[in-house]
Amino acid sequence: MNNINGKTPQDLTSIAEVEDTKLAVSTEQSKSQSRIVFERFLKHKPAMISSAMLVLITVITFTSVGFGPIPGWWKQSYLDAGTVIDGGKPTLSLLPTWLGGSGFAIGEHPFGQDSVGKDYFALVMNGAQKSIIIAVVVGAVATFLGAVIGAVAGYFRGWVDEVLMRITDLFIVIPLLVLAAVLGQIAGRSSGSIFALSLVLGLVTWTGLARLVRGEILSLREREYVSAAQAMGSRTSRVIFKHLLPNTIGVIVVNATFAIAGAILLESSLSFLGFGVQKPESSLGLLISQYQNAFVTRPWLFWWPGMIIVVIALAVNFLGDGLRDAFDPRQTGKRRRRAGLFALPTRKEKP
Amino acid sequence: MLKFILKRLGSAVGVLFAASLLLYILVINSGDPLGDLRESNAENREYLMQQRIDYMNLEQPWYLRYLTWLGGVGKCFVGSCDLGRNINGVEVSGLLANAASSTLRLVLLATVIAAVLGIAIGVLTAVRQYSGLDYLVTFLTFLFFSLPVFWAAVLLKEYMAIGYNDWLENPQITIGTSILIGVIVGFLLQMLLGGSLKRRRLTFLITAIFVPLLLQYSLWLNFYRYPQMGPAIIVVLTLLLALSATAMSVGLKEKKVLYPALITVVLVLVVYYATFWLLNDANAWILAIGAILSVALPGIIGKFMGGRLSKLATSVSALVGFVGAGLTVLDHIFRAWPGFLDLKGRPIGTIGSSTANLGGGFWDNFLDNATQLLLPTIVLAIISLASYSRYTRSSMLEVQQQDYIRTARSKGLSERTVIFRHAFRNALIPIATIAAFDFAGLIGGAVVTETVFGWKGMGDMFSTGLHAVDPAPVMAFFLVTGTAAILFNLLADIVYALLDPRIRV
Repeated sequence: MNNINGKTPQDLTSIAEVEDTKLAVSTEQSKSQSRIVFERFLKHKPAMISSAMLVLITVITFTSVGFGPIPGWWKQSYLDAGTVIDGGKPTLSLLPTWLGGSGFAIGEHPFGQDSVGKDYFALVMNGAQKSIIIAVVVGAVATFLGAVIGAVAGYFRGWVDEVLMRITDLFIVIPLLVLAAVLGQIAGRSSGSIFALSLVLGLVTWTGLARLVRGEILSLREREYVSAAQAMGSRTSRVIFKHLLPNTIGVIVVNATFAIAGAILLESSLSFLGFGVQKPESSLGLLISQYQNAFVTRPWLFWWPGMIIVVIALAVNFLGDGLRDAFDPRQTGKRRRRAGLFALPTRKEKP
Repeated sequence: MLKFILKRLGSAVGVLFAASLLLYILVINSGDPLGDLRESNAENREYLMQQRIDYMNLEQPWYLRYLTWLGGVGKCFVGSCDLGRNINGVEVSGLLANAASSTLRLVLLATVIAAVLGIAIGVLTAVRQYSGLDYLVTFLTFLFFSLPVFWAAVLLKEYMAIGYNDWLENPQITIGTSILIGVIVGFLLQMLLGGSLKRRRLTFLITAIFVPLLLQYSLWLNFYRYPQMGPAIIVVLTLLLALSATAMSVGLKEKKVLYPALITVVLVLVVYYATFWLLNDANAWILAIGAILSVALPGIIGKFMGGRLSKLATSVSALVGFVGAGLTVLDHIFRAWPGFLDLKGRPIGTIGSSTANLGGGFWDNFLDNATQLLLPTIVLAIISLASYSRYTRSSMLEVQQQDYIRTARSKGLSERTVIFRHAFRNALIPIATIAAFDFAGLIGGAVVTETVFGWKGMGDMFSTGLHAVDPAPVMAFFLVTGTAAILFNLLADIVYALLDPRIRV
């Protein structure tokens, strides 16, 4: 820039053009908002590890014991009792021989057997399958209901809003678990399928999201572009679904993940109390409830289902955290200042 | 303000009414209350069915049954509650009293512990954003968020309760273990206290040396079976508190604050001897009155001696008085502990809310309740601690970016004043709403916790009631927890309004 002073005006324009091209080459390509969010999400290590974990668990649970009529590659069934081998101890070993273990082996019953000789791997996988189904269905139902109701209440305000707020108040008075238990018992008695239970859970967990979306919409509806859309004669549904809801996508996605994690834990609590999944079907909560007293004698019956719940819920929560960081526009500058926990020292160029 | 409270109360009662109707309809339609009798082979089957129909008014249509129940609840206002009979014909009102007291004790204690600790941790992690402590706490909160209550409860029962009880039979800590504990505590403490690298190193060294010595000394004293404190240690501790509280608030030179605090320390010593025999056989009333006096008396002293600093002097003296009283009570608890161990060899209880036929005096029963309460409270508190600390952290971070914080810093205020006077108060506002939701969540958690720990509380009433499709106990559960939730919510609203004047309009 120092040499600008000595130039004539014609030269100056060409210099400006040269500088422009230089700038265009040196800086990154312009990106869409969703691209930026996606790239930020990819950089969030815990979230990426969690995603990989979730995909892995989903693939294993659905392919191993099969789903519905489709058979899986795992040979034992969760319904068949058998002879208890070696006290039902797990045959899985991961410790290599040079560390004093017996080498990597899966064996006949990797997670052990329960008291009547059922294969515990098949039982746990069946239970984990239910947790994942719950996660997907509750995520879809609660997100849809919460987003639509929240948006409608925030946009129209007035009595719709009043009714919504009173319904959310209802959930302060009736604890979520209590309402879910009563509805779960109705669903269990009438059909007994996991889809009925997850639908019911979806019907009671939407309120949190609805409140948040309402809050966002309340401030968004005062923006100019909404007035512009209204002035041009857009229908109300178009304003809500085209202009308002896409702008709350961050809140919706992030809270959907937390609702999913909550629903997985809620299902396991209900099954533990006996209001959720009923025998002979298995569920992770039900397995823990059955074997909580076997802790001293056969601890694996207690550990496996619990660990699977924790891993799934933890992965979903970290995924939500990654999404929140990705959607938060204030995160851009911050992230660089964050001292990496496992970062190696790098050579810093002078700016 | 009164109008605001009345308005909130009015809408809350309306919601409670609607919720009770909804729950009643759902519960009576959740199954067949005569299901088990229909399948039974008993000779007097018809008679038993007729009896149950009479108990539960099953021949009436649902709305009449609901109105009967509502009428019974209405009688509570004239002092004779009638909450109906359960499936076996037992009056629910009689069952409720015991169940409610143990459950509410559990939930309230867990809420208070979780809120206080959670907010403190949240503030600390927000102040030290992106430090090692922040990462550790963040990971732990995510872990606690993802923990199934019942699973964590069983783990605690097996490891903490049974492990501690076994250990207490013959308390031993090897030198290697105590050094390891010292190193871990030192590491955590230097994370917590922070500061420059030199200061952290010093904190670590002092703790890593001091803790193992303390552990070995306490073993030599046989402290874990025969704990002791005595007036000398109480006075030293309260004196240290008085000095440090004064130094931290205004500095030791300010006699207007220092003297009332020192007088309070003397008062604590006098009261220790004066109430010794009274407290040896105390009861709940004496403790409650004592707690109020321990705050009020030093407060008054501080107010009159404080002069222009009377506000500060009042709070410092009241704090010293309260802690001194707490230590005095702790001293009596320590004295009762060996006798209590004779009555109950394995102190940490895993089943029930109190031990049957324990005998012993007030302190023995107090300790019994406390040890039975310990594990369920830890389980419940851990889980809601996570949400409190998380929300406080994000709320604090939000507030710290505000302009008035920058103004406060640029005025040259100390970092402590900026954090506690300016940032913390404003950060508390959103927490008040979370507290209400969290309380409802904790009651749900209590249902699960009571099942694991075998309490005969409200949660047990609810789950056995619902299994049997028996509306009376379920509705009694709802009535108590719903009312408690509303009161708690109202309290949160009032705190909210006090913190944020804009709400009151």
